[in-house]
Amino acid sequence: MKKKIVSLVMAGLLVVSAISGCGGSGGSGSSAAAGSSAAAGSGAAAGGSTIKIGSIGPVTGAAALYGEAVKNGAQLAVDEINAAGGIGGSKIEFKFEDDEHDAEKSVNAYNTLKDWGMQILMGTVTTTPCIAVTEKTSADQMFQLTPSASSQDVIAKDNVFQVCFTDPNQGIASAKYIGTKKLATKVAVLYNSSDVYSKGIYEKFMEESKNQSGTYTVVAEEAFTDESKTDFSAQLNKFKSAGADLVFCPFYYEVAAVVLKQANEIKFTPTFFGVDGMDGILGVENFDTKLAENVVLLTPFVADAQDEKTQKFVAAYKKAYNNVTPIQFAADAYDAIYIIKEAAEKSGVKAGMKTDEICKLLKEAITGLSFDGLTGTGMKWSADGAVNKDPKAMVIKNGAYTAMD
Amino acid sequence: MDFLTHLINGISLGSIYAIIALGYTMVYGIAKMLNFAHGDVIMIGSYVVFITVSTMGFPTILGIVIAMAICTVLGMTIEKVAYSPLRNATPLAVLITAIGVSYLLQNIALLVFGANPKSFKSVVPFEPLVLADGQLVITGVSIVAIITGVIIMVALTLFVNKTKAGCAMKAVSEDRGAAQLMGINVNGTISMTFAIGSALAAIAGVLLCSAYPTLTPYTGSMPGIKAFTAAVFGGIGSIPGAMIGGLLLGIIEILGKAYISSQLADAIVFAVLIIVLLVKPTGILGKPINEKV
Amino acid sequence: MLKNMKKSTRSNIITYAMVIVAYIVMQTLVSTGSVTNLIQGLLVPLCAYSILAVSLNLTVGILGELSLGHAGFMCVGAFVSAAFSKINATSIENDLLRFIIAIIIAAVCAGIVGILIGIPVLRLKGDYLAIVTLAFGEIIKNVMNVIYLGVDSKGIHFCITKASDLNMESDGKIIINGATGITGTPHSSNFTIGVILLLITLFIVLNLINSRSGRAIMAIRDNSIAAESIGIDLTKYKMLAFSISAMLAGVAGALYSHNLSTLAATSKNFGYNMSIMILVFVVLGGIGNIRGSIIAAIILTLLPELLRAVNDYRMLIYAILLIALMLFNSSPAGINFREKYGIGRLLHKNGPDLSETAGTQRAHHVEGAGKKGV
Repeated sequence: MKKKIVSLVMAGLLVVSAISGCGGSGGSGSSAAAGSSAAAGSGAAAGGSTIKIGSIGPVTGAAALYGEAVKNGAQLAVDEINAAGGIGGSKIEFKFEDDEHDAEKSVNAYNTLKDWGMQILMGTVTTTPCIAVTEKTSADQMFQLTPSASSQDVIAKDNVFQVCFTDPNQGIASAKYIGTKKLATKVAVLYNSSDVYSKGIYEKFMEESKNQSGTYTVVAEEAFTDESKTDFSAQLNKFKSAGADLVFCPFYYEVAAVVLKQANEIKFTPTFFGVDGMDGILGVENFDTKLAENVVLLTPFVADAQDEKTQKFVAAYKKAYNNVTPIQFAADAYDAIYIIKEAAEKSGVKAGMKTDEICKLLKEAITGLSFDGLTGTGMKWSADGAVNKDPKAMVIKNGAYTAMD
Repeated sequence: MDFLTHLINGISLGSIYAIIALGYTMVYGIAKMLNFAHGDVIMIGSYVVFITVSTMGFPTILGIVIAMAICTVLGMTIEKVAYSPLRNATPLAVLITAIGVSYLLQNIALLVFGANPKSFKSVVPFEPLVLADGQLVITGVSIVAIITGVIIMVALTLFVNKTKAGCAMKAVSEDRGAAQLMGINVNGTISMTFAIGSALAAIAGVLLCSAYPTLTPYTGSMPGIKAFTAAVFGGIGSIPGAMIGGLLLGIIEILGKAYISSQLADAIVFAVLIIVLLVKPTGILGKPINEKV
Repeated sequence: MLKNMKKSTRSNIITYAMVIVAYIVMQTLVSTGSVTNLIQGLLVPLCAYSILAVSLNLTVGILGELSLGHAGFMCVGAFVSAAFSKINATSIENDLLRFIIAIIIAAVCAGIVGILIGIPVLRLKGDYLAIVTLAFGEIIKNVMNVIYLGVDSKGIHFCITKASDLNMESDGKIIINGATGITGTPHSSNFTIGVILLLITLFIVLNLINSRSGRAIMAIRDNSIAAESIGIDLTKYKMLAFSISAMLAGVAGALYSHNLSTLAATSKNFGYNMSIMILVFVVLGGIGNIRGSIIAAIILTLLPELLRAVNDYRMLIYAILLIALMLFNSSPAGINFREKYGIGRLLHKNGPDLSETAGTQRAHHVEGAGKKGV
């Protein structure tokens, strides 16, 4: 009996120490402020002389590459801004939390950042977790700018804005582009049905392609899921026997690298038409870029664009992160930090303001902004949160992007 | 012709599953444990080949041999550190430890190699075989995978039945206690089983990544689960069973994808598994369990 | 007073008391504002995982069958209840009432699925049973990923191909959007409801264990042939335990889905990864030990969150701790170490060894009042 009580007490102690331990680790630096703000609820004031920007995304698990790119891209922008004096004189403190691409973990990460004293959220990276987090930021009235969560559901709340396109835009633009440029007569579509991004583009593409029946018809459509994204032999063989001369690929580059390789192995050589997720394909380590020859993609950002801004960013990124070529996610995150900076300076956001004050100021400021960044020039936001910018059509020639027109 | 193409793809995928399943089945037969970390040993093996062959420029064969050596050492180390202290604990305790090892390997790989997927250059230098005016294309990897699978199965069967070490393995799997009394080094035998299983994992990893050329820290986990299913399918503990189970699983998966639904392919595979087990509760070639009071 | 009770009753009271005390302590801390946002956000998931662990322990510990598909039942409960809540978000005004109905629906649906799956599964044995439960879990997840469900003025539309095949009127709204799942589930879960559900779960499971049926189930676990020979209906009792376990998992699913506004069936939250995670709770907490399951679920859910301080090495350390805990708990060296330094088993008094637990469980029934504890 005694031992039993002892073991119970021990278990109890463990739980208590776990909770209090977290309280300690959660608020390094400004724990007092964070502690009191937890009680105050939404009106969290961080105190101190820095502006605290938090970010959330997957850095472990199968979607880790996207989170890592956002983390690195944002860190680069933060370091640059801090070296140049910060936002209106106050330095930025940046913290990134892992969500493993899971809605529940994402909310946990958000709460952790709140305990840390976050004032602005630059995230989250992936769509499904992002929607769960927007519910929280909306309740807390915290300004949220997502670099890459592209579904329309993400911007349902008025405090959430996007840097990337919403999915429908890209689908319609692609369908029209193929039609007006007469790129094909028989089109096949391959998409990732478990990915909101891919599915959203696919649905709009199919709708719009009906209007293009004069120039092309969709002869085959096939799906895959996150769990079956290594083997496309069945789908590609079907496309091949359907006689498709263009395959529309609304999914990310690392999957596209596999698709291209497997298509080549079965001697299937249509035009592959991608969207912004396709960017990065030339940077896949060890990928034979010859396979990507003549791939067309609509994208706002390409890593080997010749403008000064992009080149500077790519060089700095490669230097800081082991010679890895930045993908669009990194560029979106880099832009996001600068967008926050510009909106904050314009509206006079100061360190030490409450999150809901900042949110109000930034919401107003961002809709009046015209931002020139890596992923577009003259980017404007409507009050609903979507960004207005133009995708550019690129074609890969001799292992490098060339503008289509 | 379409059907033939899909069938050949299925056999090729199935051969890879079969090689992974052999590792599962051998370890299960001897140690009576489900080694959930097996899929991650595959991933480590693939990374070793990637680094030696693609980055350091070693000849392919040398790269594969190094990968096999490293995986063998890794497999034996895991067995020694994580599993052997639990030799007398319940199988479930070992199962959970194996899951821990699986997480550990994935996260080490994530820290060392990063999250960016690597494009794996096929180690098979052959051009694809083009038949019937380009309507039927058989890739080099498919051919190599199928041949390798057959060779490994024959070699393993001979090893288990004809050599002394193989007989020791059979004895340990029959009755560990009795085998020990007969003077068989049980720990050594288990260690050897892990070594062989892990070496096979390296080969499977190379084939897997050559056929489906993307390499991430999570590459091994889904094929691992599928291969485990294949091993049960064929009757866990049985070497020809693992081969048959793997092949069937691969064929069902590809045909399901091609003719029913590419999204429900996994569900179809598992549904067939359930039906098979209901008809034959110990798998296709499994031995019936005799229950004693 | 405690000493004069039956040992099993005493143990049960301690379990209930532990949950209630934890609830009171947490509520007090929350109301005084001394709990971090992170912990506040974790309270409901902790309840959900505790319920899952307790319910799986019924299958693994009491019925003695290894199930690797428990997350499948949770998935059914989560989706059914979330879809119900979303459809009736406006027609049932009262949030609590709607949530209670959703929970009941989740429990019933998961229970029915449990029975349907139990019929074939429980004919199998050992690892074959385990793999078939894994297969069913994966099938449930895969099927959930292709379901499209919409509501418009004409009623409910359903298909398994794509959203545009629903053929809805212009006022239609999509409830389940294939692999994208459900978005905009009302946030009805809270800590109080979570704890009440956990207490109900404990009540059901503990009472079942100490009832005539529970003893029959444990007799089947310990020796099915002997149990059959004394006239115990194997199928009936196996199904009873399995379907109750599934039902409770469905309840946990409802709690989980009403805590987040998005719900998608991935292998992380409803696939084999989650099933295995729940199994880890059960094994680490002690097979057959209900209280241990709760403690293990809490510790293992908190652990990765508390490790956020070490950021990049978080999951690595988690993996190492998991292995270390298993070795410490189950290996001879670990047991010697504990005996030498007089430390009890980390989480539980009963060993994770099935037969040992079985022995202790039996002892619970035969030991009379006033007998000294271990």
